[in-house]
Amino acid sequence: MGVWIVAGAAFREAVRKKMVWMALVTGAAFLILFGLGMRFQTKSMARAPSLIRGQVPNALLMVGLYAVDLLTMVMTVLASSDALSGEIASGAIHAVATKPIRRSELLLGKWLGYVGMMSAYLAIMLGGVTVIAYAASGATALHLASGAALIWLESLLMLNVTLLCGTAFSTLTNGVIVLGLFGMAFLGGWVEQVGALTRSVHAVDVGVIASLIMPSESLWRRAAYDMQSPVVGALRLSPFSNASVPSHTMIGYAAVYLAVALALALRYFGQRDL
Amino acid sequence: MASTCKSSGSPAIQTRFLRKLFGEKVAVKSLTLEVSPGEAFGFLGPNGAGKSTSVKMLLGLVTPTGGEARILGFPAGNVEARRKVGFLPEHFRFYDWLSAEELLLFHGRLYGMAGSELYRRVPELLELVGLAPHRRRRLRDFSKGMMQRIGLAQALLNKPDLIILDEPTSGLDPAGRRLVRDIIKAERSRGAAVFLNSHLLGEVEVTCDRVAFIKHGEVIETRSLQPNGENATSFRIRAGNLRPEMLAGLERWAKGIQLHDGELSFSVISSESIPEIIRYLVAGGANVYEVTPQHLSLEDLFVQIVGPDGGL
Repeated sequence: MGVWIVAGAAFREAVRKKMVWMALVTGAAFLILFGLGMRFQTKSMARAPSLIRGQVPNALLMVGLYAVDLLTMVMTVLASSDALSGEIASGAIHAVATKPIRRSELLLGKWLGYVGMMSAYLAIMLGGVTVIAYAASGATALHLASGAALIWLESLLMLNVTLLCGTAFSTLTNGVIVLGLFGMAFLGGWVEQVGALTRSVHAVDVGVIASLIMPSESLWRRAAYDMQSPVVGALRLSPFSNASVPSHTMIGYAAVYLAVALALALRYFGQRDL
Repeated sequence: MASTCKSSGSPAIQTRFLRKLFGEKVAVKSLTLEVSPGEAFGFLGPNGAGKSTSVKMLLGLVTPTGGEARILGFPAGNVEARRKVGFLPEHFRFYDWLSAEELLLFHGRLYGMAGSELYRRVPELLELVGLAPHRRRRLRDFSKGMMQRIGLAQALLNKPDLIILDEPTSGLDPAGRRLVRDIIKAERSRGAAVFLNSHLLGEVEVTCDRVAFIKHGEVIETRSLQPNGENATSFRIRAGNLRPEMLAGLERWAKGIQLHDGELSFSVISSESIPEIIRYLVAGGANVYEVTPQHLSLEDLFVQIVGPDGGL
C-alpha cells in the first residue's frame, strides 16, 4: 500500500513541477519536426531509384528511434537524480521515513512512479515516431516490440543506476556519475564498431569492457539491430551499425546488472543513516 | 482530542546504553533513559551533546552502533512502533508543491488511515493549528512558522501514543509557542507521552514533568519538574542557636553551605536528605523555625548541571 502512495506522489510531483507537461511539449515538437522531415524527404526522393527510395525512410526512422532513445535516457536521469538525494539533503525524508512504511517501500514507490512516467513517455515517443514514419513514407521497424522492450530495459537500467547513486551522492554528483557512465558506454560502443570494421581485437575489447561497466549502449545497439532493415544495418559507421552486434549473453548481463543495481539501492538505502 | 491512548503498559521510550559512532567520532556515548506513558519529558543538553542523533535513533532514522532502544515496547525503528508515533522534525520541510491539506492527506495515508477518518481528521487538525484558512495554499508560500504548524499537525494525525517533538517552537511567534504548549498539555492529558527536545528551557519548564540533561552523549542527570519541591536542590533554614561548628557535619548531605544572620543556606543532591538534616540540627541543639525550598529555574539548573560553558 505504501508503495502505491509514494508512487502516486512521485507522479503528482512530476505533474505539479510541470516536468510532465514540458516533456510532452518538447516531445510533441520533436514529433512534428520528425514528421515534416519524413514528409519532405519522401517527396524529394520520388524520382530516386527504388532501392534508395525504400531505404532512406528506413534510415530516417532509425534516426528518429535513436533520438527517442537518447531523449528517454536523459529524461530518466534528469527526472530521478533528485529523487532520494534531494529529500535527504532537505530533510523532507525525515517526515516520511518515520511513518509506518518500510524504506524498501519508499524506494520502490519512487521507482514505480518513475517507471510509470518513463514508460508512458517512451510509449508516446516511440509510438509517435513509428506511426509518423509509416504515415509519411510507409517505413516500418522490423521487430518493433523487441526493440521497444530493449530500449525500455535501457531506461530501467538508467533509472536503477541513478537511484543507486542517489543513495550515496548528492543530486549533482549523481547526475554527473550516471551521465558520465552513459557517455562512456556510448563512446565504448563506437570504439567497438570501429574496431570491428578495422578488425582491431583490442578496440573491440575496449568496447566490451565499456559495456560491462555500463551496458546501456549494448541495449541500444541490440534494439537497433532488431528494428532496422538489413540495408540500414549495413551502414558501417552509424549509431545503428551492425558491425558488432551485442550478444544475447550481453543482454542477459544487462538485465542482471539493472536488477542488481536496484537490489543494491534497496540495501544501501535501507541501511544508511538519514 | 477526546480519545485516549491504548497504551500496552510498556514504557513509551526505553533505552539502555544506546551508542552511536560516526567513524571515530562519538555522537552518543551511552544513553540510558525511560519515559513513561502519559509523561511529558524534556531532553536537554548543549549543542553537540548528541540530542538529535538520539532522537533519530529512537525513530529508526539512524542505526545505533550499540545498546538497545524500545519504543512503546517495540524495537526502535519497527514499523508497528511508528504506527503509534508522531514526529515533528527540527525545521520541518516537505514537498513544497503540496497544499497544506494534501500534505496531511498524504501523511494520513502513510499511517494507513481510512478515507472517512482521514477526511474528518484533516480539517480538525488544520483548525487546531490555525491553518484552516490556508488549507489549499501550497507549502512553497508558507512562512517558517506556518511550516512548523503544519509539521505539528502531521505529527498528530494518527492520535499517537508517543509524540517526539524536535525543537517544535523553532520559528514560531508567541501565539505559536502558546499553541505548542497547549497541544502538549492536551496530548498529555489524552494519555500520550511527549518527548520534547528544545533549547527553550522556559517552554520545557512549563510543559514537562521530567527532564534529562545530556552531555557528551550520555544522561548526566534526570530531574522531576513537579511543583512539589522535589526539584528544589537549594534550601534555606531559619533557626536559632546555630553554631558554626555544626556546619562541618552537614557536608555529608549538603554542599555550598553558608550561614548568615541565623539563616543557613545549602544545596542538596536529594531533597530526601532534608529530614535527616533537620534531625541533625535539632540533635545539635538548634531551634529550627522554618525550612524553605529555594526554587531554581530550569536555566539555573541547566547551568548548574551542564556547566556554564555548556559542556563544550
